[in-house]
Amino acid sequence: MVDTTMNDKIFNVSMSPHIRDNQSIAKIMWTVIIALTPAALFSAFNFGYRVLIVLLIGMGSAVLFEYLTQKIRKKTITIGDGSACLTGLLLAMCLPPTIPFYMPAVGSFIAIVIAKHAMGGLGFNIFNPAHIGRAALMISWPVAMTTWSKMTTGVDVVSTATPLNILKQQGYQKLIETFGSAPDMYQALFLGTRNGSIGETSTVLLLLGGGFLIYKKYINWQVPVVMVGTVGILTWVFGPAGLFTGDPLFHMMAGGLIIGAFFMATDMVTIPITIKGQVIFALGAGILTVLIRLKGGYPEGVCYSILLMNSITPLIDRFVQPVRFGLRGEAK
Amino acid sequence: MKNLWDIFKKGLIVENPIFVLALSLCPALAVTASAITALTMGLSVMFVITANNVVVSLTRKLVNPKVRVPVYITSIATIVTLVQLLLQAFAPELYKALGIYLALIVVFAIILARAEVFASKNSVIPSFFDGLGMGAGFTLALLLIGCVRELLGAGSIFGIPVIGDWYDPALIMILPAGGFILIGYLVGGFKMLTEYMEKAEAKKGDR
Repeated sequence: MVDTTMNDKIFNVSMSPHIRDNQSIAKIMWTVIIALTPAALFSAFNFGYRVLIVLLIGMGSAVLFEYLTQKIRKKTITIGDGSACLTGLLLAMCLPPTIPFYMPAVGSFIAIVIAKHAMGGLGFNIFNPAHIGRAALMISWPVAMTTWSKMTTGVDVVSTATPLNILKQQGYQKLIETFGSAPDMYQALFLGTRNGSIGETSTVLLLLGGGFLIYKKYINWQVPVVMVGTVGILTWVFGPAGLFTGDPLFHMMAGGLIIGAFFMATDMVTIPITIKGQVIFALGAGILTVLIRLKGGYPEGVCYSILLMNSITPLIDRFVQPVRFGLRGEAK
Repeated sequence: MKNLWDIFKKGLIVENPIFVLALSLCPALAVTASAITALTMGLSVMFVITANNVVVSLTRKLVNPKVRVPVYITSIATIVTLVQLLLQAFAPELYKALGIYLALIVVFAIILARAEVFASKNSVIPSFFDGLGMGAGFTLALLLIGCVRELLGAGSIFGIPVIGDWYDPALIMILPAGGFILIGYLVGGFKMLTEYMEKAEAKKGDR
């Protein structure tokens, strides 16, 4: 999108954008991958080395499919820009650690070939490719996608269900008992020594990565803050024992909310362009997540809520169109 | 004779009802979760479309153009009822599997389209071959979709397991979502095929 090779033509009057800087797709993508690395590496400590293979298969197959599709479409091969690699990594981080090895590859195929290139390639996809891949796997192999392993290492060995699963099926009291006490539970959720998808467990490392991206100005802080905040407030208000009895801290750290809010809901391609639009997007995604978690059939709803909001992104963009310079509101 | 073969042939690929004309996509999604229902539906439609083309062509000079559509529908409905009763009598299980979609053949766009576009303007024998060709193209398309969906979604073809136990079927393929994705890619594939054929034809013309 942005290139620096135009310096010799600097006096040409061309189409916008006119402001150029040294950002490039590759730089952004590789930075996001670096931001995800600590949480990905932690998962190996949490679940064992097997997840590293899953992550590598996810990334490798995504890059391979990107290469093949671009070859077939006779486009420039852009596997070096890291976008396929990032999609594969995000996809693999949303899968359970015990998943069979071929499933991340199938997911990458769906993410890259169907969700990305069939829509026109990078920048044209309507839905977040990684989440489409996950949703397709979820529909195709519901059993494999919801089988959770015991953690191999780590301080506490949690039962074979994820915290949100326990909450959904056995209630809040049982959830606390599983972890021992409420502070123990918060600690496990914060540090990531709990069960769940490969990359979603460690709240602290994901926050560090997300904070790094906000510091580099690759993502707007409003999106994750609004999304996580909405989930927190709504789960607190609509608690199990009446109004204002919920456990917002648990809901904010459990499941894939943190990775979803920082790394999926901030994907530049599939969310609205303006800050106002992005806030609406994050708000909607938060509300839908809470709806699915508290009332829906699935224990977790981050993936589907972001995909649903992706589908109305063009609509949001239309509603929050900034007024053109020089015009006041009434002159629209 | 050459002419009749051309009329028959165009329904198979160049004017394939599903992949090129994009008519009657509803059954292409709804009854193609397994190969056998897809084949039954295809053959039923093939029979209805051929028989109806003959009837429409025979009566084309008797029918006032203003009331032609009700006449077509009456004719189609009669033939469909015939098929329905036959299936119910001799293949009750398939009849159950096809469900409402069998009765819905009456309003399939492809049948009305062939009556309107071809049979009402041509004599009986070309109309017969047009119906046969379009029906064959429809059957071919449904069978293709049905086989792929059953293979990937259940690991079998016509109910016979062909992939070993190691394969864990991808449920998405027998759900509507998988059908949509597959049809999309097949339409693209057919587009490539027809373009390739046109190029080959043009080359032949040059020589």
